Amino acid sequence: MALLIIFTRLRLEEKLLNEAAKRENIPCELRNVTDFYYGGGNFCAPGDVVLARCVSHNQNESVAALLESENVRVVNPSGVMRLCGNKLSTTLALQTAKIPQPNFRIAFTPESALEASRELGFPVVCKPILGSWGRLLAKVNDPEAAEAVLEHKSMLGAMHNVFYIQEYIEKGGFDVRAFVVNGEPICAINRTSEHWITNTARGGRATNFTMDGDVEELLKRTHDTIGGEFLAVDLFNSGGRWLVNEVNDGGEFRNSIEPTGVDIPGAVVRAAWEARVR
Amino acid sequence: MASATCVICESQVKLPDDCTKGELLICADCGTELEVINLDPIAVEEAPQVQEDWGE
Repeated sequence: MALLIIFTRLRLEEKLLNEAAKRENIPCELRNVTDFYYGGGNFCAPGDVVLARCVSHNQNESVAALLESENVRVVNPSGVMRLCGNKLSTTLALQTAKIPQPNFRIAFTPESALEASRELGFPVVCKPILGSWGRLLAKVNDPEAAEAVLEHKSMLGAMHNVFYIQEYIEKGGFDVRAFVVNGEPICAINRTSEHWITNTARGGRATNFTMDGDVEELLKRTHDTIGGEFLAVDLFNSGGRWLVNEVNDGGEFRNSIEPTGVDIPGAVVRAAWEARVR
Repeated sequence: MASATCVICESQVKLPDDCTKGELLICADCGTELEVINLDPIAVEEAPQVQEDWGE
């Protein structure tokens, strides 16, 4: 019985998770699934639990779903990945649960996306439905820029023919990345940047953020809606009101351990290990 | 300490002691990001470029 950390690109996070498992005396194996194929025999032993950390969302969700079909416990479950990996799915889940989030419009042509942007009010943010690390986000300040961005997006292939338009939030130069393990908020960082994109992957600076009761309650409600053992939730503060911007199922945490002083990988591997017997 | 030959500039790139298949290395000479694809024998190739669905 072991914890298998599966990956396709060994990031610092996967190394830290492996080291944390050793510290916690959890039998653990890093397994590269780049050449994995389904149907070739048993992937793991009965009772093993898989911590899915493939850098490709599609591959991570697919491997998780295949393993679950063989009754392997995967953390996070593929259903959680499905919700988090598609921004529209996340948005709809949050909306159904009445969790505050930035206003949004969804359109299917550049023309209707332009009209939706006008109605929402410039500036707006065009987001790809699938993607991460702030990639292909566009802050669109006026209709002329919108025409150009939307036309370009329409040429990028099927993944970009659903236009996700989000209200631009004046968030005061920072957002908050909070980590939720087994439904409990364990720590958070404040990400500050002069750029409107505050991802640490894009150079945002991380400092500790002390969560108050309102933030913790919002994070717990978000977890109740999305599920999963480990979530990384991005929050905006708009006029004193907290909004959930994104929910990540495969959160990176290398820049959050030192400022928060919290052993995030330790908490994650403990949660994954506990999941095997649930 | 084991090393690999950079596939771009052919300089020697040191591998950490606990190196794992799939680990990424940066060639100090040319800056190429290399992925360890085999440990015995040691083999590296250019790491794949970021894909559309990569991330968190």
